[in-house]
Amino acid sequence: MPEDRSRREFLISVLQFPCSAALVAVCGPLATAAAATEDEASSERYFGMGIQVDKCIGCGRCVRACKTENDLPEAPFYFRTWIERYAIHADGRVDVDSPEGGINGFLPRESEGEVVRSFFVPKLCNQCDNPPCVQVCPVGATFKTDDGVILVDSDYCIGCRYCIQACPYGARFLDPRTKTADKCTFCYHRITQGLLPACVEVCPTGARVFGELKADASPLRRLMRMSRLQVLKPSLNTEPKVFYTELDGEVR
Amino acid sequence: MKLWGIADQVVRLAILLAIVGGVTVALRARFVPPSFGETGHYRAEAVTIAAELPVRYAGSEICAECHDDQEELRRRSYHRGLSCEVCHGAAAAHAEDFEAQQPLVPRARGEACLACHEYLPSRPTGFPQIIERLHNPLEPCVGCHDPHDPTPPEVPSSCAACHAQIERTKAVSHHLALTCETCHEAAPEHRIEPRSHLPNKPTAREACGRCHAEGADSGAEIPRVDLDTHGPRYLCWQCHYPHHPEA
Ligand code: HEC
Ligand code: HEC
Ligand code: HEC
Ligand code: HEC
Ligand code: HEC
Ligand code: HEC
Ligand code: HEC
Ligand code: HEC
Repeated sequence: MPEDRSRREFLISVLQFPCSAALVAVCGPLATAAAATEDEASSERYFGMGIQVDKCIGCGRCVRACKTENDLPEAPFYFRTWIERYAIHADGRVDVDSPEGGINGFLPRESEGEVVRSFFVPKLCNQCDNPPCVQVCPVGATFKTDDGVILVDSDYCIGCRYCIQACPYGARFLDPRTKTADKCTFCYHRITQGLLPACVEVCPTGARVFGELKADASPLRRLMRMSRLQVLKPSLNTEPKVFYTELDGEVR
Repeated sequence: MKLWGIADQVVRLAILLAIVGGVTVALRARFVPPSFGETGHYRAEAVTIAAELPVRYAGSEICAECHDDQEELRRRSYHRGLSCEVCHGAAAAHAEDFEAQQPLVPRARGEACLACHEYLPSRPTGFPQIIERLHNPLEPCVGCHDPHDPTPPEVPSSCAACHAQIERTKAVSHHLALTCETCHEAAPEHRIEPRSHLPNKPTAREACGRCHAEGADSGAEIPRVDLDTHGPRYLCWQCHYPHHPEA
């Protein structure tokens, strides 16, 4: 009976959707409820970083330490943190360069035209409180932990690159070895043991300040009290947890 | 055929529903990884994995336990802010068992030092910089500077040693003939402990006026302005950069 069969097929396809939707509706809230209680429990440990642009000497030791500590690919375009050199010209032109991410330091610029000011800006994942990368992940392989750090689950990542596209700071890349997304974790394995992130450990001038955002007394809180803070691309409402001081208006 | 008086199509529907539901549950059990959803929309296990990666940089405190000589020097020196491993490379394996790994020892000239100390105009002013080509060439840096306490053998003679950018800017400006001391009084101690003895900076328009005012007793080639009418409400250096003044 051909008529019958087509009706059955129709029914199946119609039913599939509400069934799975109902299951999700039942299981979903349970999971989020569990997450909420966890969140409150450890909320005083909430990590952030401050970057004092006027102290950065552009030595690139942080870039090297990051690569070593996190065992990143050798090739000079996979970075979890990197240094950009800005040069602002008298005519308003802005040049930005970052040879090999700054891992070997910088050479003097080939200058064309008069430069009014020039400085270094360390960049890394901003560990946004409102992370676009997490929103777009189709499988839940990138997420925010209770301490506010955005991590990537490389065993579960399917390598679709949506998060790389979504990041407004260009902080993510595809690890060519695992074909999964990768980015700064604030050295999660170090900070959970009370060590500093590798880049902060080796910074010679104290340009990078790491600490807890909610504690009353942490080096970061002190910095936040004492200086005027800025974040990158504030208009995007990503609420970064990497704060900059003395940031020039030209920095993007 | 009717089962307990329920309409045929309803029974079929119920069976279908049960099958679809069962298959969904089975698929979820098969494909959703074990710890998924325990703490949020992700595998809780992934956090543990991330937290257990190996540490490669041990941190300076541990080094001090065995190398107190170097630590003692470094702690009081210009390099007090430097981690041992910024020069010696990641050494967690060495700190765990000193025979397992030999840390790098960057003895060759400039091997460790230049990334930080080679002159670059983009570095912040006041940071000590050298031009490698001109600074005691050919000898290794550690021949004169102990890397753990690099205090220069002599107090630097010129302001340019630390303020290279300002010196270089001034050298191509109309103010090239003026020494730094024309406008700044720098105590000799400033060259030894710069931050504890900051030199003064001009505070009033008269500092420039003593050369540039209409009636000033200064060289005839110096351009004059009328202090009362020329940018009267501002300090001169709000419009002219004193180390590279332009009209
Ligand atoms: C448990 C004690 C211990 C700790 C901790 C330790 N070291 Fe050592 N280190 C030694 C000993 C002993 C030697 C001499 C070994 C040798 O000559 O083979 C040594 C040698 C060295 C050398 C010289 C290597 C050479 O080739 O001459 C350097 C550099 C060094 N350590 C750096 C470090 C740094 C950096 C740290 C901190 C991350 C550190 N050490 C932590 C015991 C320690
Ligand atoms: C600015 C870079 C720098 C820093 C920072 C630094 N070292 Fe060194 N270290 C060197 C260099 C260069 C040598 C080789 C000195 C020489 O041969 O005269 C050296 C030598 C050593 C040696 C071997 C001494 C010898 O005679 O063989 C040890 C041990 C050592 N350092 C430990 C440390 C420890 C511990 C720290 C941290 C407290 C530290 N270093 C910080 C650059 C550095
Ligand atoms: C990772 C960056 C870094 C490296 C590598 C480094 N230094 Fe330094 N050095 C600094 C900092 C930071 C200061 C302190 C500057 C200040 O007080 O403003 C400093 C200060 C100095 C001073 C004192 C300058 C003064 O004000 O009189 C000398 C000399 C010096 N370093 C020499 C060396 C030598 C030689 C080496 C190589 C063995 C070296 N440095 C490697 C960061 C570095
Ligand atoms: C022949 C000995 C000698 C050698 C070799 C040497 N220096 Fe110096 N260095 C000095 C003296 C003397 C001064 C202070 C006087 C001056 O400014 O020239 C000094 C000053 C400095 C300063 C601080 C600037 C200042 O005056 O405060 C730095 C940074 C520095 N040296 C780094 C290095 C580096 C890096 C190397 C290796 C590329 C090196 N030095 C090699 C003798 C030496
Ligand atoms: C040993 C390195 C060194 C030498 C040599 C040196 N300075 Fe400085 N100077 C510094 C440092 C470090 C600062 C502080 C910069 C900062 O805090 O941003 C500074 C700051 C200054 C300031 C700014 C003070 C302020 O209130 O902002 C002036 C002006 C100055 N120096 C003038 C001089 C003059 C003039 C000379 C030569 C006689 C000289 N310096 C030699 C290291 C040096
Ligand atoms: C014509 C007078 C004049 C001369 C010559 C001069 N300065 Fe200045 N300098 C000033 C004034 C005015 C300021 C304050 C600028 C301000 O507050 O914005 C200043 C500020 C500074 C500062 C702190 C602010 C900055 O730009 O980083 C330093 C450091 C400094 N001078 C160093 C030097 C050195 C080193 C020399 C010699 C190479 C020198 N100055 C020569 C007038 C002068
Ligand atoms: C010790 C005397 C002296 C002092 C103090 C002095 N200047 Fe000058 N200034 C000169 C001389 C000399 C020239 C160059 C004249 C020439 O071109 O031959 C000059 C040139 C200038 C020019 C003209 C540049 C041009 O493009 O023609 C300006 C603007 C200027 N100075 C501003 C200042 C300001 C602002 C101050 C205070 C921070 C100041 N000067 C302090 C001696 C001085
Ligand atoms: C409001 C900004 C402003 C202030 C404040 C200001 N200037 Fe000027 N200055 C200018 C401009 C614009 C020019 C070029 C046009 C002109 O000649 O008026 C100039 C030109 C000059 C010249 C060159 C004149 C020539 O004939 O070549 C000198 C010298 C000078 N200024 C010194 C000073 C001194 C000294 C002070 C502080 C007493 C000062 N200026 C304050 C804006 C300013």
